[in-house]
Amino acid sequence: MYRVELAKALHRWRTWLLAAAIAGIPFVIVLAIKANPPTPQDSQDAPPFLLQVSTSGMYAALTGLAVVQPFFLPLATGLFAGDAIAGESQAGTLRYLLLRPVRRTRLVVAKYTSAMTLLGFLVVATIASGLIWGAIVFGLHPMPTLSGTTLSVLEGLGRIAASGAYMVLAMSGIACIGVCISTRTDSGPGAAVATIVIAIASQIMGQIPSLHAVHPYLPTNGWLAFIGFFRFPVDWSGMREGLLVSAAYSTVFLSLAISGFRRRDVTS
Amino acid sequence: MTAAIVARGLSKRYGELAAVDHLDLTVEPGQLFGFLGPNGAGKTTTIRMALGLILPTEGEVDLLGERVGPAHAPLERVGALVEEPAFWKYLSGRKNLEYFARAGAGTDRAGSRARLERVDHVLATVGLLEAADKRVKAYSQGMRQRLGIALALLGEPELLVLDEPTNGLDPSGMREIRLLLRALADQGTTIFVSSHLLAEVEAMCDRVGVMAHGRLVAEGSPGSLGGGADRVRIEVDDAAAALRVGAGLNGVQLEGIGAGPGSGTITATFADGIGPADLNAAFVRAGIRVHALIPVRESLEDVFLHLVEGEDVPR
Repeated sequence: MYRVELAKALHRWRTWLLAAAIAGIPFVIVLAIKANPPTPQDSQDAPPFLLQVSTSGMYAALTGLAVVQPFFLPLATGLFAGDAIAGESQAGTLRYLLLRPVRRTRLVVAKYTSAMTLLGFLVVATIASGLIWGAIVFGLHPMPTLSGTTLSVLEGLGRIAASGAYMVLAMSGIACIGVCISTRTDSGPGAAVATIVIAIASQIMGQIPSLHAVHPYLPTNGWLAFIGFFRFPVDWSGMREGLLVSAAYSTVFLSLAISGFRRRDVTS
Repeated sequence: MTAAIVARGLSKRYGELAAVDHLDLTVEPGQLFGFLGPNGAGKTTTIRMALGLILPTEGEVDLLGERVGPAHAPLERVGALVEEPAFWKYLSGRKNLEYFARAGAGTDRAGSRARLERVDHVLATVGLLEAADKRVKAYSQGMRQRLGIALALLGEPELLVLDEPTNGLDPSGMREIRLLLRALADQGTTIFVSSHLLAEVEAMCDRVGVMAHGRLVAEGSPGSLGGGADRVRIEVDDAAAALRVGAGLNGVQLEGIGAGPGSGTITATFADGIGPADLNAAFVRAGIRVHALIPVRESLEDVFLHLVEGEDVPR
């Protein structure tokens, strides 16, 4: 079922459109920086790593990731995870999958794993595009870290790959919330939008200082912690917390999705 | 042999409304069973429960000898079409069948391969081979219906459960599907087919169940449901004389339905103990010439309307 799921996604325009849009972002960043280099005064509102792009094109990949994360990845998660079961239900294909038969637990797990794979694919597209455009415009030089040390090109590539992997894993919590919503409605777009709204609302709450008491429990907690890879020594604390939160949300919501879906009447 | 479908006291309630109300039903293996009923009678709800898509509120159902439970039914041996067919519209008909064939392959790789090899065969069976590589988006309703039947046939099922399979087909398409189902049944496939079209069921089924208001109100062979020949149409040379003769006979009721010079038509209804032969003998004794004695069978449609409308509905 997992492979069928991926094959189906690759037949859909929206997958490629999303990939193209996301891969286009590093290109825009690189071009903008080349045409109009930012000054340190701009840095307050700028996405992380933006100022470093001109020192090494490798940072274009990282800036791309940082820009894609707050909105585009939740959007993709909504489309892949939120729409997963609800979309099939709306199209009527859900009952034919179950009649095939695809066991219900297996279907939910396949939908979740394929959504995560597709997110990984988008992250890889972002990194690849960032490295390509960064290399062309600024060249791939050793990366100065935020702590003043320098990473060799090879080390840098490793850290960038690790950042991407972390980002996908940190997204798992929201993806599972999306799958869970998806098992409880017959409206694909509705479930997708709900997923996106939860991800964005959680990030907004994470930025409101008065809500600091709930911050550790937000599903988006620690999303930006991959910055820790570019400190010396690597700052793991934020990432540890992010992975923990993501794992907790994943466990709870995937279990809820499976147990609820196994008992649900499929009337669509 | 175990029965293909057994329902015992099967009920599905939505709040106050009982969509299916203590249904008892047995479909024997090898039968082509017609499941008749008007829209809203509970046919689809029954089918969904039998296939494990929804859970009964009460009662139980066995499919091919296995109890259907939450997310559990022996569906590997069943092919089904439930309400309208549904496909991934952005894929071709063939790709749809291929993906359905591969879905669930993790537990059943050999089955998945066998199903993949049957894709062309089932497409040909329903006459869709030429349109197989067009996107389903571009299919007509009839083509989607055929593709739905092809999907149901993909796993070489022992039992086919088809909900209104001829929906959206033109008369020749309907006939093709009827012949196809008849042929499959003759090869030993058990087929459970729901329909609101009486003629269709009458023409192809071995056995018919009639559902109304969530209950099975009649079951039998299509012929037996049509009732015995308890009415006879008689053509005579003198209708008025015939009616006078009939009035003198106990247990016979005559009704003139047309008379002309030298000919007339009457219908006769008989009580137990007397039959058309007795009436005929009396006519002959009275010198009335009888041209024809035609048994009038109540059509399945009459029976159906009777059953469906005559049912007391506790609400």
